[in-house]
Amino acid sequence: MTAFINGIGLISPQLTTDPAVFLPEIVEYTADYLQAINPNYKDYINPIAARRMSRLIKMGITSAKIALSDAGCQMPDAIITGTGLGSVEDTEKILSGMNEGEQLMNPTPFIQSTYNTISSQIAITLNCHNYNSTYVHRAFSFESALQDAMLQIEEGMADNALVGGIDEMTDNHLQITRKAGHWKMNPVNNLTLLSSGTQGALAGEGAAYYLLGNQRSQSTYCTLSDVKTIYHPKDTEELETSILSFLSFNGLTIDQLDAVIMGYNGDILFDTVYNELGSGIFMQTQKLWYKHLCGEYYTSTGFALWLAANILKHQLIPAAIKVNNLPSDRLQHILVYNQYRNVNHSLLLLNR
Amino acid sequence: MAKRVVITGIGIISSIGSNLPETIDSVLASRSGIGKLKYLDTFHRDEYPFAEVPWSNSQLAEFAQLTDLAGYSRNALLGLIAAKEAFAHARLDQVPRLRTGLISATTVGGMDRCEIYYKDFLTNDSKNQYIDVYDCADSTEKIADLLGIGDYVTTISTACSSAANALLLGARMIRSGKLDRVVAGGTEALTSFHVNGFNALKILDKVPCRPFDANRSGITLGEGAAYLILESEEAARAGNREVFAELKGYGNACEAFHQTASTPDGKGAYLAMERALKIAGLKPSDIDYINAHGTGTDNNDIAEGLAIERLFNGTIPKVSSTKPFTGHMTSAAGSAEAILSILCLTHRMILPNLNLESPMPELSFTPVRELISDLDVNVVMSNSFGFGGNNTSLIFKKI
Amino acid sequence: MEELIEKLKKEVIEQLNLEDISPEDIEADSPLFGEGLGLDSIDALELIVLLEKNYGLKIEDPKDGKKIFHSIRTMAEYITEHQTA
Repeated sequence: MTAFINGIGLISPQLTTDPAVFLPEIVEYTADYLQAINPNYKDYINPIAARRMSRLIKMGITSAKIALSDAGCQMPDAIITGTGLGSVEDTEKILSGMNEGEQLMNPTPFIQSTYNTISSQIAITLNCHNYNSTYVHRAFSFESALQDAMLQIEEGMADNALVGGIDEMTDNHLQITRKAGHWKMNPVNNLTLLSSGTQGALAGEGAAYYLLGNQRSQSTYCTLSDVKTIYHPKDTEELETSILSFLSFNGLTIDQLDAVIMGYNGDILFDTVYNELGSGIFMQTQKLWYKHLCGEYYTSTGFALWLAANILKHQLIPAAIKVNNLPSDRLQHILVYNQYRNVNHSLLLLNR
Repeated sequence: MAKRVVITGIGIISSIGSNLPETIDSVLASRSGIGKLKYLDTFHRDEYPFAEVPWSNSQLAEFAQLTDLAGYSRNALLGLIAAKEAFAHARLDQVPRLRTGLISATTVGGMDRCEIYYKDFLTNDSKNQYIDVYDCADSTEKIADLLGIGDYVTTISTACSSAANALLLGARMIRSGKLDRVVAGGTEALTSFHVNGFNALKILDKVPCRPFDANRSGITLGEGAAYLILESEEAARAGNREVFAELKGYGNACEAFHQTASTPDGKGAYLAMERALKIAGLKPSDIDYINAHGTGTDNNDIAEGLAIERLFNGTIPKVSSTKPFTGHMTSAAGSAEAILSILCLTHRMILPNLNLESPMPELSFTPVRELISDLDVNVVMSNSFGFGGNNTSLIFKKI
Repeated sequence: MEELIEKLKKEVIEQLNLEDISPEDIEADSPLFGEGLGLDSIDALELIVLLEKNYGLKIEDPKDGKKIFHSIRTMAEYITEHQTA
């Protein structure tokens, strides 16, 4: 099941909203978490329609519109979103409202907090009656959405599909989830994240929508050949076996990979998984990383996929994302490998 | 050639029973699970009736054979109980393992704990072990770990059509040969979060819900979990096990109209049912019974009713909403009602639309009001529609 | 009454988050729903919350909202009538 990536819209902590340019500069932060750079949402959504939308919904609709316009597509055959947390801001409004008593709750945050609001607001904006779904499984959310879209295409139910990965962070949610050990306890510099030597990741956020199609077009970046999720592998050996069989299922060996983009997030407890693979099966591979640019969030592979697609399109690896430095002339095959807390592991394979 | 998808196991817990046999007893006796709240603590507890699962969390933990309740949401407990029952019902522990997935649905995950501990989350460390329970994936992963399922694990959240979409995806994964077996369904615990949300929308009925009644005035919130074991026809042959029905068709469509309202003529409902018939390769006249979404809101019942009239023009099958039995189980409604629909096939009956007194003048058909038994029922359709206009229709056929 | 109307315009804009609309854009007599401002059923529910929160007036049946929320003036009239009663 191969799909062409024909359009991308990405809102992230980097300068990524213009599909015509590829990382013109790297934005440096010293922060508790990396916040997405908001475009002017009024350029994309009319204010009356936007009156009930929290920032996450606006991010979703805007990145979806950028992806559609990048691909020159008016009406997708399917709209599928992955979001680990949905609208945190709206959920918090309800929870703090309930803390103050349940008498005077207003309906808007409840409506927006429903996880499938993003997919359905995109459908309303486009007046699209086609297949619509939403996946909410931690670091499998975006991957499940991609798999569904590729299956739609394989089944012949869709010629193209709009697929997104979107999550937000708030001060309040950061404070709470810090206590469960997810994040660093103090602000860090994003560019030196790998040498932090501390537990916890640097949190981030972003919205990435893709138009996948069954046909190559003028706007094609590359192909997305396969997506796999691996749930809770026993050990690194089992993980390596899964990765190798994924590649071999797709007719590749490890030495044919021109780069592997890995999900290092600066958490010394869990980056060991990448280190083991890096000195194991990926010993001779060009290794790249991306979470210093966008932070850690459940759908961060939405950012990694953008990187991979642009590397293949521009035939260029930005120096800022290299973990090691191997010479390469032709960039043909890129693997994205991500894991969160050694439970949700995923693989995305892209070909030029 | 797409593979056939069959159902070999069922597990359900709701206000009308902690397992399948109890559920069957309740529906045969036309016994509703709607009543007064016993466990959920909310300001609105006496204002509305609810279809609460009549057991405390520690009783549920016993049903799930857990020794320690810590770290478990009610959402996860309900899900574990129903998924375990389905797994055992299909006797999956007695046949060789094949590629097996878990596709679970929920709308607010472990909110039932988080809304209680939210103040603690903000001010102290006493409830830190419940922080990660917030995620929708939490209950799914607990079920996957308990059943030892790892080949494919995901969670769907499309509001009140969530579990129907879990079954839809499960069927597609098997038809396309990506998986051999899928445990699919949904789980939902009652929460103040939901009570306040639906109260703010002014769509909770002060008396037990009355779908398709002229005087209907909203929904009755319920809770519970329901899972089905889907298998390819080949996988189901292993071990001389019973097959209960075939999942013949599925369709999903989006209203693209309004975040919480259906189009007045039920366009999304029409499209979802039409698409399901097409996948099933069936005509409208092949359907013997529709288990309607039938929430009891003004808007849903008229839109769904008109869509049924248009699609089944002249050959309207028997119709009922079973929400007066179970309440609206929101994300779990799709799989719970799929199970009630399949029981109509296996038990040769049509379930009644309880609480219906004055039929809607806008509709030409009247839903079934009394249990019909000893009737050949071959093909049933189950509708589940959600916020955001997410509409899904499933078709099951007798084997 | 005119004072209340001006106050209500600001409150409606805030409650409904009508970012690009100023009080001067809203005519006291023009319809808020449908062809006027283009508000919908959810806005009506938000306005019910506004009346209860800011004026202590409880509307039990959302269907009553249709008349009360026809325009800013009808809202002001309803408030005047029921608060003094």
